[in-house]
Amino acid sequence: MAVAYHEPMLPVPHRVRRMTWETDDTFTMELVAAGGGGITSFAPGQFNMLYVFGVGEAAISMSGSPSNPETLLHTTRAVGSVTKALASLHPGQLIGVRGPYGVSWPVDEAEGRDIVIITGGIGLAPLRPLIYTLIEQRERFGNITILFGARTPDEILFRDEIEQWRRRFDMDVLITVDRASRDWRGRLGVVTTLIPQSPFDPKNSIAYVCGPEVMMYFTLEALEKRGMPRERVFVSMERNMKCGLGFCGHCQLGPKFVCKDGPVFRWTEVASLLDIREI
Amino acid sequence: MQVLMREDFDTLIEKLQGADYEVIAPRIREGAIVLDTVDSAGDLPAGWTDEQEGGRYTLHRTDSPSLFHYTVGPTSLKSFLYPSRSLLCRVHGGHNDFDVEEPEIEAPQRAFVGVRACELHAMAIQDHVFAGGRHPDPVYTARRNNIFLVAVNCSKAGNTCFCASMGTGPEATAHYDLVLTEVVEDGTHYFLIDAGTKAGRSMLDELPLRPARAAEEEAGAAVVRNAAGSMGRSLDTEGIEDVFFENLENPLWQEVAERCLTCSNCTMACPTCFCSTVEDVSTIDNDMAERWRVWDSCFTTNFSYVFGGAIRKASSSRYRHWITHKLAAWQEQFGTPGCVGCGRCITWCPVGIDITEEAAVLRRQKETRQGEARYGAGTRTAY
Repeated sequence: MAVAYHEPMLPVPHRVRRMTWETDDTFTMELVAAGGGGITSFAPGQFNMLYVFGVGEAAISMSGSPSNPETLLHTTRAVGSVTKALASLHPGQLIGVRGPYGVSWPVDEAEGRDIVIITGGIGLAPLRPLIYTLIEQRERFGNITILFGARTPDEILFRDEIEQWRRRFDMDVLITVDRASRDWRGRLGVVTTLIPQSPFDPKNSIAYVCGPEVMMYFTLEALEKRGMPRERVFVSMERNMKCGLGFCGHCQLGPKFVCKDGPVFRWTEVASLLDIREI
Repeated sequence: MQVLMREDFDTLIEKLQGADYEVIAPRIREGAIVLDTVDSAGDLPAGWTDEQEGGRYTLHRTDSPSLFHYTVGPTSLKSFLYPSRSLLCRVHGGHNDFDVEEPEIEAPQRAFVGVRACELHAMAIQDHVFAGGRHPDPVYTARRNNIFLVAVNCSKAGNTCFCASMGTGPEATAHYDLVLTEVVEDGTHYFLIDAGTKAGRSMLDELPLRPARAAEEEAGAAVVRNAAGSMGRSLDTEGIEDVFFENLENPLWQEVAERCLTCSNCTMACPTCFCSTVEDVSTIDNDMAERWRVWDSCFTTNFSYVFGGAIRKASSSRYRHWITHKLAAWQEQFGTPGCVGCGRCITWCPVGIDITEEAAVLRRQKETRQGEARYGAGTRTAY
């Protein structure tokens, strides 16, 4: 018996328009809806479920500009069965897309405040839409600082773009790597070491953080040391996701569903949970 | 309240079949009373009762002719409304081009006879999960809309039952079309019957009924009182969210993990557990791929897999996740507890791990700690 409800988990066919390799294992995919039903708007920090024919789905954040949602960009590392299959696709081939899902980075809350963005490795990808938005609305905010850490210089994402951001006079971009050969002239050390010297006023600023859980944990410690209140720190979490809609149960983090209550959380919502092993 | 005599009970089944319902009722299959299709009232387990304990389920003959003198078996409404496998979509083509086909949903007209109060509450809980959000699940919603529910009030409570604690039974108070109370006394055998919906009232008009006498109504009330008074287990729900969220780190989890086999039986038997995964299958020449939603369990390691490994590697973390979700986190997620006190997770646990006992251990620890804070440290409870 046919009914009026439609399956919310149907992938919408999208064609790969371009594949750009950012590092050895990280690539950006540009997608265009093959027929109708493409995404018409999204907010920074939201994600899509990307489907590879016969292989499966993975939750991947948008990495493009929310002002230009027709050019759908996703940046991801080829590490799992789905992302490796995505990496093997060529321009002209098809994948399925459904979304956008999830809670976005709060932009309005940053109005009139200094902004500090702290990220490591692939964590920069879900923050890039936010950085685009902040640059577009630059006059609404105080100082903007981006602190970015990579394991090695070769793993620095969006190199050309980072160079452009560094050349701007209205934001500070500090980069550090965990290890490098002798020709690296930049900073060495984990990203949290950049926090004490950064030009933001902890009493009137907001922080956006995305990276491995352990990096986010130590980032918060460093932010607290500088006097930043927990309520103004936002983090983006990662968990296994099958549906993105809040009923497959996989992405639970204590009582939260990362897919619909997150992935962006105010630190106070999840801080006590992240103190618990294997929660 | 009206009376349906036992000899007219077949008429109820026939009328439901006449209204194009597939009638599903308790019947004996492989040594257990489960929900399955019946042809007539003769298929019901008249004169049988069950005995349940942690990790144990047996059936016995009784002298009574009653049709419903037992509690819930391993199956529940869940498997009918939220099938263990359902096709999400079929994708035709390949990487170069594909079309997505949305499958037709099978939502047969089904009448369930003999549904217990805890079952109805479990269904209402799954309504919140599958139909209460922004994306109603089409399979669940279509199936849910095509059912007729004949509840029966429990005449006995099992050793693993604790619905009275959860406020979900043993009397059915909502979510049914018709409700029955079975009375067997002094050589008479009848059902008190009442309707809960318009569809139920129309069905009443079709049945050979007479008004209930005061003594009969009292006999029915006594049946339910008797069941309520004989619950084998209890669970104190007062402030239960704090009991769990204050104990995410507790030696109890390791102690349970030494017994837990992480076999997932509790989640499969639970009438509210809703987790699923998606299986991708494709044809051998790779020109068609299907996506199937299948039941999953938080007791598997893969359940929490992210790049780099599973989040919940230890079985202690998985048990903690399950019981904390069921009794505490569910409240924040859906506004209800996730447990209805049916006792299935206790009965069908191969090693008899008892949700009520583990919750009680945490509560006793909390009370002991509060006592120590008030009167100074003295003797400690076990664990």
